[in-house]
Amino acid sequence: MTAVAAHHDHHDDHHHAPHGLKRWLFSTNHKDIGTLYLWFSFAMFMVGGFMALVIRAELMYPGMQVVDPEFFNQMTTVHGLIMVFGAVMPATVGLANWMIPLMIGAPDMALPRMNNWSFWILPFAFTILIGAVLMSAFGDGNPSAPNFGWTFYAPLSTKYGPASTDLFILSVHMMGISSIMGAINVIVTVLNMRAPGMTMMKMPLFVWTWLITAFLLVAVMPVLAGAVTMMLTDRHFGTSFFDAAGGGDPVLFQHIFWFFGHPEVYIMILPSFGIVSAIIPTFARKHLFGYASMVYATASIALLSFVVWAHHMFTVGMPLAGTLFFMYMTMLISVPTGVKVFNWVATMWRGSLTFELPMKWALAFVVLFTCGGLSGLMLALTPVDFQYHDTYFVVAHFHYVLVSGAIFSIFAAAYYWLPKWSGVMPNTFLGELHFWNSLLSVNLLFFPMHFVGLAGMPRRYADYALQFADYNWWISVGAFWFGISQLLFVAVCVLCAMKKGKKAEAAPWEGAEGLEWTVPSPAPFHTFDTPPVIK
Amino acid sequence: MSELNDLEQRNNRVLRKLVIGSVLMFGFAFAMVPLYDVLCDITGLNGKTSDTAASGEVQMDEDRLVTVQFVTTSSGGMVWDFTPQVRSVKVHPGEITQVNFQVKNPADHTIIGQAIPSVSPGLAAPHLLKTQCFCFDNQTLLAGGEADMPMIFYLDPALPKHINTITLSYAMFDVTERVTGNKDKLAAR
Amino acid sequence: MQSTLFRRVTAALTLLLVSGVSVASDWTERSNVNLRPGVTDISQDVFGLHVAILWVVSVIGLAVFGLIMYSAVAHRRSKRPQAATFHEHVGVEIAWTVIPFIILIFMAVPATRVLIAMDDSAESELTVKVTGYRWNWSYEYLTYQDDNDVGVFFFSNLKTPAEQYHTPVLKNGLFPYGTAADRFGVEPEEKDHNYMLAVDKPLILPAGVKVRFLVTADDVIHSFFMPDFAIKKDAIPGFVNEAWTVVPEDATGIYYGQCAELCGKNHAFMPIEVHVVAKEEFDTWIAEEKEKAASGPDLTPFANLEAAMALGKEKYNAACVLCHGAEGQGGIGLPFAGTELMNDSARIQENIDVLIKGRNAMPSFAAQLTPRDIAAVITYQRNAFGNETGDLIQPADVAK
Repeated sequence: MTAVAAHHDHHDDHHHAPHGLKRWLFSTNHKDIGTLYLWFSFAMFMVGGFMALVIRAELMYPGMQVVDPEFFNQMTTVHGLIMVFGAVMPATVGLANWMIPLMIGAPDMALPRMNNWSFWILPFAFTILIGAVLMSAFGDGNPSAPNFGWTFYAPLSTKYGPASTDLFILSVHMMGISSIMGAINVIVTVLNMRAPGMTMMKMPLFVWTWLITAFLLVAVMPVLAGAVTMMLTDRHFGTSFFDAAGGGDPVLFQHIFWFFGHPEVYIMILPSFGIVSAIIPTFARKHLFGYASMVYATASIALLSFVVWAHHMFTVGMPLAGTLFFMYMTMLISVPTGVKVFNWVATMWRGSLTFELPMKWALAFVVLFTCGGLSGLMLALTPVDFQYHDTYFVVAHFHYVLVSGAIFSIFAAAYYWLPKWSGVMPNTFLGELHFWNSLLSVNLLFFPMHFVGLAGMPRRYADYALQFADYNWWISVGAFWFGISQLLFVAVCVLCAMKKGKKAEAAPWEGAEGLEWTVPSPAPFHTFDTPPVIK
Repeated sequence: MSELNDLEQRNNRVLRKLVIGSVLMFGFAFAMVPLYDVLCDITGLNGKTSDTAASGEVQMDEDRLVTVQFVTTSSGGMVWDFTPQVRSVKVHPGEITQVNFQVKNPADHTIIGQAIPSVSPGLAAPHLLKTQCFCFDNQTLLAGGEADMPMIFYLDPALPKHINTITLSYAMFDVTERVTGNKDKLAAR
Repeated sequence: MQSTLFRRVTAALTLLLVSGVSVASDWTERSNVNLRPGVTDISQDVFGLHVAILWVVSVIGLAVFGLIMYSAVAHRRSKRPQAATFHEHVGVEIAWTVIPFIILIFMAVPATRVLIAMDDSAESELTVKVTGYRWNWSYEYLTYQDDNDVGVFFFSNLKTPAEQYHTPVLKNGLFPYGTAADRFGVEPEEKDHNYMLAVDKPLILPAGVKVRFLVTADDVIHSFFMPDFAIKKDAIPGFVNEAWTVVPEDATGIYYGQCAELCGKNHAFMPIEVHVVAKEEFDTWIAEEKEKAASGPDLTPFANLEAAMALGKEKYNAACVLCHGAEGQGGIGLPFAGTELMNDSARIQENIDVLIKGRNAMPSFAAQLTPRDIAAVITYQRNAFGNETGDLIQPADVAK
């Protein structure tokens, strides 16, 4: 371990730190807000996960056993919305809040009051959404909660949507405003607040990927807001953007939605690329291979993500030329993604590897994300996509990318930076249990989905034909196993929050580089009031 | 101190640009509506035909014969009986043809209907031109009323060579609430 | 309560074991692992493409995972205390950008070829209009060879009876319908082989004939998914989409499909069943259907209440059960058990009008059910679920 003596006695900051409820409600401190984001996203992860288990309980056997098909649809809808907007996105925003100022040597985020606001909108947005579900659950399914899938295609969500669709629209608007403000904050911070000498091409890759993510957010979240605004006016103010009867077109909704939706996928995964690019070099004790090509690959993925959206809708009946264009562009996007994976492998190559918890999660990410990426390449081929589209094959694909991809990388980040956040090392025994259980169960959960999908089971089905029964049983077993395994992570986090565990040094990982490791653990309330000097 | 103010100014400048950027992107979502219509007109995406009358002055191509099929649907709870007088016609490109569609309102109240055209294959849509169509406006039928609605069209001789069958579909929607602004029926759903 | 729950769980487990066996014996016919090769030229091209791309990604994947595993073992710290220092190499970086690009081009060529073949729906002999509803399909034969006004039209509903899928284990709570035993007085039935796939009136197609489907929807977006023909086309209200297929002459048989776009509550309950028959058989069938359609509705009166009830139950379970419940308890639709409309004999005409014309969210069933069916359904409604009016409605009452 590199000898860093700068520990103990950093109490000098405490007279700045407010206490009690006010500390959290009115906080403008990037670390406190980051902590709020992370706990909030974890809570949402558990709520959304519970909904997934309701789905899996119903699908364990053919037949309708646990819930009504109507409530089943509400579960699939709200599970998706919560996981995308409540779990993955806020978690990465939380990481950005905590780490970006520490990584670029800034005292705080550039717009701290806006930072407070962008977090505190979120609990209200999700209270509205979850409130609709609770009303439905305790009212025996009446009034119905949003039940049209997280993609809320018109006219199912407009002319045929339940009354709670208006709550959903309000909630999505609030999430959108929160994300846009969070993204603006990241961009301003990265562009203006870097310590002297921290040039753009010296920034850690996590900062780079988040900067590009933030630009994507500013570009597409308003488009989502536009889509739900059009829904609102279609429902109540006599417009017909998406209603064929008034001269509109339901397919237009899908174009607008996926113009947002595809970049959204990269919004969720790009920060993960940054996390993994920080962790692998640390535990390989070797510099990241091809830093510059990583930056360019990220940027080209982001740009290409604007011209591939219609691959989500090959079956709506597009002209041949359009279909071919979107197929070629989609295939092309796998090139920069491949570059990233190869770079990580080359970083490991001839390093001096150790396998602490963050490294385990990061390696699981590389392998399983690659699985998801390769099935994505299969989905890009339009003629076969006609067979795969809207089946469990697609469900398997995006869960590999988002659960064993994005969420695994967030776990990796948590184990990597928890010493910095809490000042104690995460419990290794619980952490190992958490890792191995999650790794095995996530594959039992999602790998058989490829099989039932190829065999032809459509997604969002509350009941299914008998040839799908065997694998659905295994999938459900995997789901409950994975769900219960996450309780171990609750224990790990609570122990860290209670400061129970081995005290962490300023730089607990010996191969780690970067400004965040030059400040003590836990990071004091204020850091880099005087900008550090970058060599 | 001036250094701090300077930073704040720079932050606000970037902030302003980004806020403007996101407002513009919000506008872009709405701009996609007309953009999409233009794209549909060019490529025949979704088989939409033009909703205004064409001039009808065009050279007839007697060497080619194209089958035009007519399909009707009463959509979304519409109760009208809505049928084409003939199921299909064979026409030369450029030949002006009239087809009548019959509608009958079996309900005990007045209903306003709007027919929405759709052409398949979509590539043919820009080449199917109408000089007169009941679908240009909405139609009102009193309780028990009947009507013959004319549609006059011709095919543009520039129709791609490989297309020999065109299907023209009309979906008839009940737009009474939309036109009269009466939302009672909707609220009851 | 506890013991009931336990009993139901065990029953469900046993049921699964039984169904598991019956499924296992059928693997070759109904793959539950891989894509279905299907029966048409196009579907087999698609299957070939699937196998090719699956090989490509498997080889790439295994190569990458192999490198990671090798590195994880060979380059661990106990073997290599000192890490190498390289972090750039222009040569390999260009190589792993260019090589994947070339592989992609090799994949794009056959994919484009199949896509162009799929796009050509010209020269079809039979045109069928497929319409998606919440929650069933209707088929209308438009043109067949020289006949350009076939005019055969029918609806196709899920055949699996509610007793088979309606097997709740929680008495109250989120499932508002109560338990199967309470509702039917029986334990859940064993599931049919074609559970959730069979329909009451399948789509009949001739083998060896190019069939063009015009796909549309009545209300929300549905998707017409026939894996064996490699067809998945969205059914969009107000618009028509095209798809086509030619089933080879030696591939007559029964094929199943499902709705593949979320369309609301009973999205999983609107399967597609296609019977592909020899051309001669199809010609006979279509001629019969055409004659039936031309001769007007069958108004033969019911001999007695029992006859009407039997047909009524069958039609109710096909057309009404998804919204109004197997026991008339309601759901999306209004309840019937013990309600005034069902028990007041003065309101029979109103009851008939609602079925024929629709009311609010209730669609009109004039197209879906014959007058005889409607009379039977109304008779059933008024004499089942604890209603005991004794009303017998005759087809002539409905047809007038």
